[in-house]
Amino acid sequence: MNKTNSKIKAEVCYHCGDACDVELIIFDEKQFCCHGCKTVYEILAQNDLCDYYRIEQMPGITPKIKTENKFEYLENESIIEQLVDFKNESISKVHFFIPQIHCSSCLWLLENLYKLHEGVSSSRVNFMKKEISISFKNEYLSLRKLVELLASLGYEPEITLDQLSPNKRKKVSRRLIYQIGLAGFAFGNIMLMSLPEYFGLDEHSFDQFSKWFGWLNLIIATPVAIYSGQDYFKSSWISLKQRRLNIDIPIAIGLFVLYFRSSYEIISKTGPGYFDSLCGLLFFLLIGRIFQEKTYHQLSFERDYKSYFPISVSRISKKGIEVSTPVNDIKKGDRLRIRNGELIPVDAILISGEANIDNSFATGESDPIKMVSGDRIYAGGKQEGESIIVEAIRPLSQSKLTRLWNEQSGQQHYSSSFSEMTDQISQWFTPIILIIALLSGLWQMQHGLGKAIQVVSAVLIVACPCALALAAPFTFGHGSRWLGRQKCYLRDSFVIETMAKLSHLVFDKTGTLTYSRHKNIEYIGKVLSPGEQAAIRSIFYQSNHPLSRLILAFIPKVELLEIEQFEEIAGQGMQARINQISFRIGSAKWIKPDLINAKETIVVIEKDGEYLGHYLIKNEYRKGLETLAQKLNESYELSILSGDNDGQQEKLKTIFGHKIKMLFNQSPQDKLNYIKQIQKSQQVMMIGDGLNDAGALNQSDVGLAIAEDTNAFSPACDIILGAEHFENLATYLAFTKSCKRIVIISFVISFLYNLVGLTLAVQGLLSPVYAAILMPLSSVSVVGFVSLAVNWKAYRIEKQIF
Amino acid sequence: MGVLIILIIASFVVALGFLVAFIWSVKSGQYDDSYTPSVRMLFDEKGNTTNTKNDKNNTNEQ
Repeated sequence: MNKTNSKIKAEVCYHCGDACDVELIIFDEKQFCCHGCKTVYEILAQNDLCDYYRIEQMPGITPKIKTENKFEYLENESIIEQLVDFKNESISKVHFFIPQIHCSSCLWLLENLYKLHEGVSSSRVNFMKKEISISFKNEYLSLRKLVELLASLGYEPEITLDQLSPNKRKKVSRRLIYQIGLAGFAFGNIMLMSLPEYFGLDEHSFDQFSKWFGWLNLIIATPVAIYSGQDYFKSSWISLKQRRLNIDIPIAIGLFVLYFRSSYEIISKTGPGYFDSLCGLLFFLLIGRIFQEKTYHQLSFERDYKSYFPISVSRISKKGIEVSTPVNDIKKGDRLRIRNGELIPVDAILISGEANIDNSFATGESDPIKMVSGDRIYAGGKQEGESIIVEAIRPLSQSKLTRLWNEQSGQQHYSSSFSEMTDQISQWFTPIILIIALLSGLWQMQHGLGKAIQVVSAVLIVACPCALALAAPFTFGHGSRWLGRQKCYLRDSFVIETMAKLSHLVFDKTGTLTYSRHKNIEYIGKVLSPGEQAAIRSIFYQSNHPLSRLILAFIPKVELLEIEQFEEIAGQGMQARINQISFRIGSAKWIKPDLINAKETIVVIEKDGEYLGHYLIKNEYRKGLETLAQKLNESYELSILSGDNDGQQEKLKTIFGHKIKMLFNQSPQDKLNYIKQIQKSQQVMMIGDGLNDAGALNQSDVGLAIAEDTNAFSPACDIILGAEHFENLATYLAFTKSCKRIVIISFVISFLYNLVGLTLAVQGLLSPVYAAILMPLSSVSVVGFVSLAVNWKAYRIEKQIF
Repeated sequence: MGVLIILIIASFVVALGFLVAFIWSVKSGQYDDSYTPSVRMLFDEKGNTTNTKNDKNNTNEQ
């Protein structure tokens, strides 16, 4: 037992912790899975930075294969200017987003960059945002060199077109924290000054002080009302201008009346005012706001096509020189060089080279397509293999993919600072309160105008729907936090509310229902002798074709043999001679046409003209899919949209049952139209993974993107779900329904408080003491209730799943 | 009774001091990143404790 354990461990890369599937390099008595990892280790070892491996086990990231000139655009002055935060003659400051930051070792290494290069003065990491800010000396280091240094360590910064557009640069807002600080300060101090009031001491010996205290309270409360309360006044003003009633209006009325009535009482020496209530309310409201503001800085839910494309590409000028050109400047007729792994940024025609285009990004088809010169390549395809030259037929802004995106941009999701439920309630809450206030004012007119005004203002004060306004932010805030811990990240907490209303779920197939990377490989045929195994591995080792890499990880790692002759035939396969024996490995069409099968991908092996066997590569469905399908079938209508052919139709029917609607060969536009179609009668959630689902994700009421790695690119959506938690989707949906129930219960509680308060106020009995007790109490008890209820629910679910 | 007024003024001044301290701490960026410092403090520095090799620079966000 022990032995097998150590064996497993022995095959793991010392740097990145990946299994050494394809290669095994021994260096410095340590094992590495590739040269990239080894190189990083070497750099760190030379600079005495091996603490990196001590802080966390196997913390590293395999650096991407280096392509020369990749960062050439960073020498372009106008790009530098846009990226750099600050620059003078000697020093530059810049910050990058590095999605690879994942553990404390990363943090340590990146903050010790100055030990690696003398040009770096200091570097500072913000772990949650996965951001690093670096200041460096221009004399020793250029921006390009700095980025190359980071990339050589595996921490390649993500620099996208997005970052270059100026309006995307957000400043961190600290205003909310100031507002809370001020309100909290005032709340505490005013309560202290109001103590004589609370104990009823004002009539006797403390008479002279109450005047003092009153004025002090007025001085403290004024900045609170103006600064901390400004958002409520602004928001209700805006919504009044749009002729809509939102929950901010009754709050703003309440705050307004509280402030002016209290000021009046103090100035006219008729009473102590309600400043403690005013500051307390604002304090709780603002805390609720910070609660719902918890966002996942490191995740981006707003990506558009721009984030996928490189900033610049190599354009071949008329003289045949390659110049790095910003993507936005590409014109029709420009010739571009596209290297292995690069995206084709504009619709283009292939001029020369062997194109092997992976369109999974744009269309969802999983297998790369071979193209010959003269073929049209659409933007969004990714070249795999040698570098090719293409000629642009449209600029970026007019390419097919971009147009699909722009069609979406007009339909921004409506978002308000409060939940839909709360806003709906305030539609009738506000008028009712105003009517009650008026009626009770008229009724009190018998005691004179002064009394009437007093009662009206008391009603407005006590009706201030703070508990109502707090219920939804806290419930959904807690809910989204729990979901975040389950790797289900919501764009904002109010997505929960929409989730609770869904009635139809639409799935993409490839990459969503199936695993996107790991595929099920099966060998069928004669048993291979060790010699044959070695020969086959050696041949696969020569090829960069994605299928070869896939199979290489699957077959046993035997010694490599020397190859006498090797040829790779595009679109067909490979042939080679080893020890006088000739082998052919490749497609069924090329070697054994009777094996052709539209549903699966096959790689055939032939030795000396004789069929040996073949590898069957199947998409594997995600773990737990059947149970999930069963659960979802109970409460939702389901559909599957796939960019692939209908090879899996029967299999999907057995998993999802016969009710399910399935559509195959769907283009991104088809998917989008399908969603629009269902939306006429239902609330739809789209569950997808790639850019090919982007339109549909955006159109649906809730778009959920499945991500194998939540920090990697995912299309614009409302939710990003870690792929390993896909099987729990039904549970999460049920959880959102519970959250909604909790909000409704807490609405009832807050109405009960309002009922008590209003009864007192209408009769003219609302003294500052009652207000000071009742108002914070209702806020605290609602917040307490929803926090307990949501966490209790989450705890019960956790016990069920895990 | 007069002494009470002095005490109240004193307590108010102290409270104001804390408010100023709070605003100062927010301004200097202490609330911008509440996670990283908790990890950073656990690293052992060996040998040179500061960036003596390259001059140390103010790292506050601009």
